[in-house]
Amino acid sequence: MINKDIVIIGGGPAGLAAAIGAYEAGNKNIVILERDNLLGGILNQCIHNGFGLHTFKEELTGPEYSARYVKKIKDLNIETKLETMVIDISNELIVSAISENEGMVQYQAKAVILTMGCRERPRGALSIPGYRPSGIFSAGTAQRFVNIEGYMPGKSVVILGSGDIGLIMARRMTLEGADVKMVVEIMPYSGGLKRNIVQCLDDFSIPLKLSHTVTKIHGSTRVSGVTIAKVDDLRNPIKGTEEYVECDTLLLSVGLIPENELSRKVGVIINPKTQGPIVSESLETSIKGIFAAGNVLHVHDLVDHVSSEAYLAGKNAVKYINGLLEELKMIDILASDGVRYTVPSTLNVNNVEDLTQIRFRSSDVYKDAYVSVYFDEERILHSKKRILTPGEMETVTILKKWLIERPNLKTITVKIEKE
Amino acid sequence: MPTKELTCINCPMGCLLSVEFDETGIKKVTGNQCKRGELYAAKEVITPKRIVTSIVPVLNGVEDMVSVKTAIDIPKELIKQCVIELKNIKVEAPVEIGQVILENVCGTNVCVIATKSVERKK
Amino acid sequence: MYDVLIIGAGVIGASVARAISKYDLKVIVVDKHSDVCEGTSKANSGIVHSGYDAKPGTLKAKFNLIGNKMMGEFCQRYRVPFRRNGSLVLAFDVNEIPKLEALKTQGTLNGVEGLEVLSKEQVLAMEPNLSSQVAAALYAPTGGIVDPFELTISQAEVANQNGVEFQFNSLVSSIVKQTSHFQVFVNDTMIESKTVINCAGVFSDEINNQLSAHKLKITPRKGEYCLFDKEVGHFVDRTIFQLPTAYGKGVLVTPTAENNLLIGPTAYDIDDKYDNSTTAEGIKEVLSKASQSVKSIPTSFIITAFSGLRATETSGDFIIGEAKDVEGFYNAAGIESPGLTAAPAIGDYLADLVTKKLNAKMKTSYIDGRADLVRFEPLSVADKSKLIESNHEFGKIICRCEMVTLAEIKDAIHRPVGATTIDGVKRRTRAGAGRCQGGFCGPKVLEILSKELHKDPREIAKFDQQAILLVGFDKENL
Repeated sequence: MINKDIVIIGGGPAGLAAAIGAYEAGNKNIVILERDNLLGGILNQCIHNGFGLHTFKEELTGPEYSARYVKKIKDLNIETKLETMVIDISNELIVSAISENEGMVQYQAKAVILTMGCRERPRGALSIPGYRPSGIFSAGTAQRFVNIEGYMPGKSVVILGSGDIGLIMARRMTLEGADVKMVVEIMPYSGGLKRNIVQCLDDFSIPLKLSHTVTKIHGSTRVSGVTIAKVDDLRNPIKGTEEYVECDTLLLSVGLIPENELSRKVGVIINPKTQGPIVSESLETSIKGIFAAGNVLHVHDLVDHVSSEAYLAGKNAVKYINGLLEELKMIDILASDGVRYTVPSTLNVNNVEDLTQIRFRSSDVYKDAYVSVYFDEERILHSKKRILTPGEMETVTILKKWLIERPNLKTITVKIEKE
Repeated sequence: MPTKELTCINCPMGCLLSVEFDETGIKKVTGNQCKRGELYAAKEVITPKRIVTSIVPVLNGVEDMVSVKTAIDIPKELIKQCVIELKNIKVEAPVEIGQVILENVCGTNVCVIATKSVERKK
Repeated sequence: MYDVLIIGAGVIGASVARAISKYDLKVIVVDKHSDVCEGTSKANSGIVHSGYDAKPGTLKAKFNLIGNKMMGEFCQRYRVPFRRNGSLVLAFDVNEIPKLEALKTQGTLNGVEGLEVLSKEQVLAMEPNLSSQVAAALYAPTGGIVDPFELTISQAEVANQNGVEFQFNSLVSSIVKQTSHFQVFVNDTMIESKTVINCAGVFSDEINNQLSAHKLKITPRKGEYCLFDKEVGHFVDRTIFQLPTAYGKGVLVTPTAENNLLIGPTAYDIDDKYDNSTTAEGIKEVLSKASQSVKSIPTSFIITAFSGLRATETSGDFIIGEAKDVEGFYNAAGIESPGLTAAPAIGDYLADLVTKKLNAKMKTSYIDGRADLVRFEPLSVADKSKLIESNHEFGKIICRCEMVTLAEIKDAIHRPVGATTIDGVKRRTRAGAGRCQGGFCGPKVLEILSKELHKDPREIAKFDQQAILLVGFDKENL
């Protein structure tokens, strides 16, 4: 058994930033456990640009963004273990990990930070009827083949789902020589960033079919085509609108799910809306000493937000170890009226420095609406938004002084209001 | 006067911009709901540019491929040509992040550079 | 010249091959697919039926009972996941209780032990997630669940290590009977064998009809299923059937031997023997019918849907034995449910017939069991640790969802009748069978297959040779 103050599970952008946060808060007894053979996580295969505008005020590719953090980790001499997979966390914060070189290694941690990221929803979650041939890939799997291994998983491609990875892959596959026929989106709006729609689809004249879905997969060995159809308001395919599209590949970009197998196993309470742990303002989960940040907590659109969130988790883990974190969750934070969820779900004013941020997503598209924050019955924030979409994470900032002024505050509610 | 329709990419609003322009420049932008739309339209209509990213094979590296990008954005119409110019490029490991992989791509005076490091195989 | 040529490497072909491999004979199994277990055997309910279903006196009843009785010891010996979890047939109306009684009587006649009609209260106490509409149920404690892949693979391994050859990607185009042997044409080459055993599943009528005047007609009956995450693997503990009603045969809700939840199947006769596609209507029907049996189906945990074809013969019974008019030609045709349960028993029976005909002697060198097989995931932390010390490749997890290690995948590739495809690895190790359905491990498994089999990654297929995953290099088409 090895004693470590802070064990960080996952060496992607969240894990790296958490380690730096902890280090800069004064605790150097840290280890990052990463299952892959390099740090940086999924950034390694996101070779496109568009990362880092918030963090570094410049536009970087995924590997470049990652390299800056990796360099910092190396400069700070923070211990990292590669090809090391955590298989268990116990209630007493014993982290068991295995690797080819060291076999089973167990760490007794004082605090654990969960930064395992997320994974893609598979086809089964959609139950698309038809055959089960080869040629159906999640967009991320295709991304790995094209961007890391240098292989093309198909020649003519239909992409289902207009999330950012799907859009990015439409461009990547096109640039590397594939014929991307269309991107099919069941919702009446895209879940991806406008910038990606313009630069990944419009630039290459790839049609985006909104309110459409794939209703059948053809081809018994390799995909030979798909049937697409228009959907009604309840997202059911409309008879008579079917269209056959010949292709040898179907890419799925139909959502991401935080990867919380380990968290569930140790008993961390999961928010069914985010599929990530329920956390306090300090990003502490329902289990004392276990923190969570990044896509394992809730799926982010921008890695910059992952980094800043995880940095905070690292900092708070050190506070916890130093006995400076109050455990009582005094104030509940509720999502209501068009707000699908909030992170965090509870708040203790004594753990807040000057301000705290609540991140949330809307459950639908709202135009010219107001984001409102209520302290019990009192509306404390009311800011007009030209547009809110489920695809873009929103943030509201709560100042500590507002909280101090209302010592009996029980509930903070975030909602979307028409006026 | 020629007009061009485009979607603003600054926020999820995605304003449909209508841009009137002639050889001297932008005359009028409509459809935008904020200042950023106008600025975007100006750049996107006169000289649309993009950073192009791809990968190229590495010889004798611990990894088989290295990711690359154009050091700065290049004219949009050269995107495809840029990737084609990378088709037969191979680099010998070690590769350093920022290392020039190809100079003056498509006659733009812009370099294609590595976006990660790849060590040499031992 | 072979002594025995077996057509089809599904669970029946593998069972026959395993049983015959005890004898000193030259045996070959041919299959048109690239692996064992690629037809009906890979897409079924995985149920070990107790045996009340079949009409007394039929071959189905006979082999079901023998198969059920031998399954426990058999699966232990060959390391096949199996659990005698018991089954319940639900009635939703007190007026249907006599039908349960009739099933019980039929089962008892067939020799099924322990059948009992339970009251609503008893049933709900056993299975709290059942619908409150349940009126009564027939309980069969001998019912079980088995991993159909492993039941097939294990027997193929035993057969192969005892000398049976397996030849894949080999479609039988025609068979000619000579005076004392058969000429079997496979991919334009001829294989000669003294006897032929037809285990061709939904195609077994076509094989039979080339040789025998007693024509068979197999109608593929499609069954669609939904498979759920292990998270809800204990939604029910027993296999839940519905009493067949005027509206048709019901669907079942069951845990699988690997602790997933399985719901299905539909039952529609179709024309196309290659059509294993799922349909929107089929999946809808499965879910709606199952929702009669259980309270609320956890649909958000569906990880995949699939369909399989049952080989339904017009007579309604199994066709097992030597064709009356073709000496040396044996059928195992029309093997639909309870075919999986019956398979090992059918294998033993046919092996007995064939070896008697050939006057074969038992081998002295026969090895009854599989080469050592290690599963990392279920072990304790201490045992995992020991295992990694003995072989470092157990320390490298390839499939996160099912916790499958590099060592296990390499073993699956190099075992007798080893995996050559992504699906082959999945069925042998469960890598890719979990909730992400191979999203993460797919590329890694492909790389391992390519390395271990010394094949170009572009040649690695999901299943059959044509089902390749990678079509070329980046920029190749520019």
